[in-house]
Amino acid sequence: MRVNVTVNGSAETVDDVWEGESLLYLLRERMGLPGSKNACEQGECGSCTVYLDDVPVCACLVAAGQAEGRRVRTVEGLAEGGRLDPVQEAFVEAGAVQCGFCTPGLVVQTHALIARDPDPSDADIREALAGNLCRCTGYEKILDAVRLAARRKATA
Amino acid sequence: MDFLRPATWADALAAKAARPGALPLQGGTDVMVELNFDVRRPAALLDLSGIAELRDWEEDGPVLRIGAGVPYARIIDELGARLPGLAQAARTVGSPQIRNRGTLGGNLGAASPAGDGHPPLLAGGAAVEVESAARGVRTIPVGDFFTGVKRNALESDELIRAVRVPPAPGPQYFAKIGTRNAMVIAVCSFALALDPVRRAVGTGVGSAGPTPLRAAAAEEFLAARLDWAGRGPLDAGVAREFGELVRAAAAPIDDVRGTAAYRRHALSVLARRTLGWAWDEHRADTAREAS
Repeated sequence: MRVNVTVNGSAETVDDVWEGESLLYLLRERMGLPGSKNACEQGECGSCTVYLDDVPVCACLVAAGQAEGRRVRTVEGLAEGGRLDPVQEAFVEAGAVQCGFCTPGLVVQTHALIARDPDPSDADIREALAGNLCRCTGYEKILDAVRLAARRKATA
Repeated sequence: MDFLRPATWADALAAKAARPGALPLQGGTDVMVELNFDVRRPAALLDLSGIAELRDWEEDGPVLRIGAGVPYARIIDELGARLPGLAQAARTVGSPQIRNRGTLGGNLGAASPAGDGHPPLLAGGAAVEVESAARGVRTIPVGDFFTGVKRNALESDELIRAVRVPPAPGPQYFAKIGTRNAMVIAVCSFALALDPVRRAVGTGVGSAGPTPLRAAAAEEFLAARLDWAGRGPLDAGVAREFGELVRAAAAPIDDVRGTAAYRRHALSVLARRTLGWAWDEHRADTAREAS
């Protein structure tokens, strides 16, 4: 089937999409956007988190056909004008990346958290990131990065 | 596989009548897992996520009518004050990303005995509004909706339109056992609803039987023994007996998440604990009224 979807601001048409495939597969395998990671395929890990019409979701649990006519923003779409988003910069500076596989999902979910709540408590951060697993278990640095990104946003 | 994408509710009912084997798809948080792991290959997917009226809730006389496509995140934000038990259960569903997609309609359609939405709907006296093109609307009390493990009372041409549930007339609580707060399928769960006006008690037990279930004997016992008007301290013996009756109502199995014996024990504890919270709230309500 054909799917029309706006991805990172660009209106796209994709043909020969299998009816049972996920938005994650569509993004990675058909549109050349491998930033969203394919890890668990059951919504457990959050590595494929993307915005669907401004709401963060697990792309692996959205059917590709459900994205018809809607807007998707992936980790590739966060940087603007060749400059990383402040959340991405904070992850780099805080050393919140080990193997990196969970990072794109954490960055998108953190981006959504800070947009909604510019001054999250630690409990808020833990709750917001509860669906994003880091199997390197580098959670403390990740929390540092989220706090840093929030501070940057507050003083920007 | 076909991907059916009706734009209106009428089109959706017509599509389900024409293709009874089509699998309804709402937030995808259950269905897509089965597709991704190739454990299910339906002839067609019936995507209901584009139907605007399913995403609304409204007051309809004495009840709240929650469209089958309202995600848990919105139930928490928009209905939490009026349906606190359901909101507490919704907060335990998956993760923020899952709560942005998962719906009560999907929970009821999947009809898992572990569905987090089911115990508070049982305790709160909810009904499921279903519809078919041929026979129109029927309303099924939620206690009659679950017919077996992952089976429900829907006919093959019917779709879930909404859940009808009265706003909480009194304290409501939900508690769930799992290895962590997020991303947990309940080992067991329990919902309690007190109705101080009717002096009635509602219960819902999850993950401890082939279907979600009510503990009817526990409800009757507690309703008769609570000091509704006097609002005195909770009698420890009454609380203990309530827990025992909830334990007796459960029919759990041993599985990968826990043993039957553990589930029975845990349910007696959850029942006692939620009763303590609910009774404290009931007593505090008096204090507020008196002040």
